[in-house]
Amino acid sequence: MTVSGAVAPGDLAERVLDMVDGRADAQVRAGAGESALTRFANSFIHQNVAEYRASVGLNVSVDGRSASVATTRVDDDALRRLVDATLAAARLRPVDDEWPGLAPPAPVPAVDHYDATTATATPGERAAVVKDFVDAGAGLEAAGFCSTSSREYAYANTAGQRAGGRATDAAFEGIHQLVPGLAAGQSTRSSIRLADIDGVALGRQAAATARAAADPVDLDPGDYEVVLQNECVATIAVFLGFDSFNAKTYLDGQSCVRLNEAQFDDVVNIWDDATDPRAIGVAYDAEGTPKRRVDLVRDGVSVGLAHDRRTARRADGESTGHAVPGGETWGAYPENLFMAGGDASVEDLIGGLDRGLLVSELNYCRVLDPKTMVITGLTRNGTFVVEDGKIARPIRNLRFTQSFRDALGPGNVRRLGAARFAASNEDEVAHVPSVHLGRWHFTGGARG
Amino acid sequence: MFDYADDAVQGALDAGATYADARVVVRRTEALNCLNEMIEGFNYSEEGGVGVRALIGSSWGFFATQDITTAAARAAGRRAADIARASALVAGPAIEMADVPVAQTHWESGHLEDPFAVSLGEKADMLVALTAATKSVTGVALARANLTFWDTEKWFVSSQGSRISQHIVESGGGMGATAVGDDESQVRSYPQSFGQFNVGGYEIVRAFDLPGHATRIGEEAVALLHAPACPAATTDLILESSQLALQIHESVGHAIELDRILGWEAAYAGTSFLELPQLGTMRYGSELMNITADATLPGALGSFGYDDEGTPAQRVDIVRDGTWVGVLSGRDSAAVAGLPPGGMVRADGYARLPMVRMTNVGLLPGDSSLEQMIADTNDGIYMSTNRSWSIDDKRLNFQFGCEIAWEIKNGARTRMLRNPTYTGITPQFWGSLDRIAGEEEWVFWGTPNCGKGQPNQTGHTGHPAAPARFRNVRVGVTG
Repeated sequence: MTVSGAVAPGDLAERVLDMVDGRADAQVRAGAGESALTRFANSFIHQNVAEYRASVGLNVSVDGRSASVATTRVDDDALRRLVDATLAAARLRPVDDEWPGLAPPAPVPAVDHYDATTATATPGERAAVVKDFVDAGAGLEAAGFCSTSSREYAYANTAGQRAGGRATDAAFEGIHQLVPGLAAGQSTRSSIRLADIDGVALGRQAAATARAAADPVDLDPGDYEVVLQNECVATIAVFLGFDSFNAKTYLDGQSCVRLNEAQFDDVVNIWDDATDPRAIGVAYDAEGTPKRRVDLVRDGVSVGLAHDRRTARRADGESTGHAVPGGETWGAYPENLFMAGGDASVEDLIGGLDRGLLVSELNYCRVLDPKTMVITGLTRNGTFVVEDGKIARPIRNLRFTQSFRDALGPGNVRRLGAARFAASNEDEVAHVPSVHLGRWHFTGGARG
Repeated sequence: MFDYADDAVQGALDAGATYADARVVVRRTEALNCLNEMIEGFNYSEEGGVGVRALIGSSWGFFATQDITTAAARAAGRRAADIARASALVAGPAIEMADVPVAQTHWESGHLEDPFAVSLGEKADMLVALTAATKSVTGVALARANLTFWDTEKWFVSSQGSRISQHIVESGGGMGATAVGDDESQVRSYPQSFGQFNVGGYEIVRAFDLPGHATRIGEEAVALLHAPACPAATTDLILESSQLALQIHESVGHAIELDRILGWEAAYAGTSFLELPQLGTMRYGSELMNITADATLPGALGSFGYDDEGTPAQRVDIVRDGTWVGVLSGRDSAAVAGLPPGGMVRADGYARLPMVRMTNVGLLPGDSSLEQMIADTNDGIYMSTNRSWSIDDKRLNFQFGCEIAWEIKNGARTRMLRNPTYTGITPQFWGSLDRIAGEEEWVFWGTPNCGKGQPNQTGHTGHPAAPARFRNVRVGVTG
């Protein structure tokens, strides 16, 4: 359905700022719109949801004492009560010595990651994509979701900065299962346009993987050369982005990044760019700072971090426009990650592998140590032995314990495949290649 | 507020729903985070709205809005029915619902001290003092402390006549110390990693005795930097109760969710190694293993009066003397499985579809004690406080990392070990359970960050546990 006109975020932000009435430095984030998700399992739609949400986030600083609130209750009475309570709460707090002040007025890049057709997508249109996916895997059990969302955003602060924008996004993740929980294949797609999601093609891809995964055997753990599908690399990139190229974790001594050191293979280039036409979202951050491209890894050398105003102040630098709500605790992190790829297909990468494994997805990854980015997790939805450049047989899922930094480390990246948007295991998407790596450390089979 | 829920249900029925229910929910959350004597964040949020669920054929349709008015609620009901009807393009078997008694009542969780009435100044001063004490330990780089409180009011109406209101207050927090070395960092937390949470008021936080542990965790974090690494071995493993609580959560709690067993979560959270025909006969663990899902435990984080389908809270046996005998279910999943509804369906706020959730899934206490277990162990490791967790999509293969461990030699706790990990296969691991501490060491641990569903929902779950010993476990897995 349409983005409701019930609440205009720009008006809402100004209304809240008026209520502050000069009693504090203040910034307001407002958003309104609808999101919907059509979920299927056992090859039929079983949960189909949507919500309209208008929300406000307010940060105030009174004589260096700051407080934050968020609410979905946007009528004048509720907002006025909340503003007054927030100002009173701020006065009770200790002085925030790291309060970075408000973003000054600055123009926001003119991006419009928006598609009007997606903004008005109906449950019937999402169901049609699901039907295409399910039908493309006849005889298999399908599960997954198709989602669309459309929101308008506004930002205003007492220093004079104003920003706004709108964004749509559409996402699909689906699996086909030949044997539930044992032989399955997955495919994912994200775009600002629902029309870019081809349920038939995604269904055929997942079904082909599921059928190839029939009768998997156990494989002894150990070090193997691997070809990782794009979804695996998206997970690696998102973990590095959130935990390592986050200026707060870096400044707190909790990051694996060492700036200006060649920590990665020289073919590795990673950057964040909300202004890329393929990106999703708006081009300013939670503090109203315009977003800009930030190189994180250039030719294997760690060269940049995602900053908000708080970390920039600590580092005596400038915000890169990566503030997020709650960032005083979580830090700043890149949300529009890109990693340069090559022109090889996944089949080309497999063709260059004498003996090793093809991994489709990394699942349930958890950081064992942030300083080394050693992470444990499991493979999922299609793991195969490759021999003499060809898929030889499917294997059961394996557990790995592997440093994500070292996986892309000097000398370990044999070849890059083509880049595309892929969903990470943490739901965020990144535009990343498939890769052929020299070594990946598997520590156990899923059965023991 | 009942009137708006009535409006939403009526809107759905008018649009063709065969069943509908609605919840008006208002939830306040207050969170304070302190790092190195600085209050990093004071965050308060207030979320309110109405969510309505409509059943047509084989699908639930759900719509939520933050606009709590008659017109908006009725429109939300109609939208929910329209969304459910659109699902018919990819239809399956019609959803049935197991019967539950109609209820018209109110339930209060109760508390001694309203956490929202305690002044921010008092809370902030305590967190600052805690981090100052921890940071005073030479070598501590980061000292953290946090508090979070929730106050939730909800009004539930179903088309079958239930009208239930509830008021639930939850409180908790914790603290941590991080020491940073050249190539790794070490962490110690109290009462557990991410903090401890229960149903109740500020009295919960006062009972933690946080100041009494502030320097200890700092000293342990620093000592860990120089401790020997946990060796790779197969040995006897004693788990401290908060780590055992997470072990229960991951390798029992999620595995017994009936929606997972039925394949409804296959693409995201995954399925389960459990199969319904095995219910009542499959050996889950040793004869000492008795697991219940008990939503009636006073103060435990997974307690409530009624779930978000209007089913009364109850205690259900899950594993009895080592045999799998029960599941976590809702009205629809129970009907599919031919089981009684367990009253375990909850939603994360007004804007999410209710789904099967753990209540208080816990291991009943035994007759040993931590002290006795250590004394009776010739060669083993005692691990405490979770640091990492990972488990496969069938809840079979797990690997956990803990903050700290101690070697056990000849019945005595000896040297400290850093980076302890252990791994196993769920039924084999639980089959090796041979000692459980008694009721005096039984703690109602709370997990406030359980993720499940799409769109993702965060659930609050409880896990009563006491220290326990497991034989011949693989430890010391490294990258």
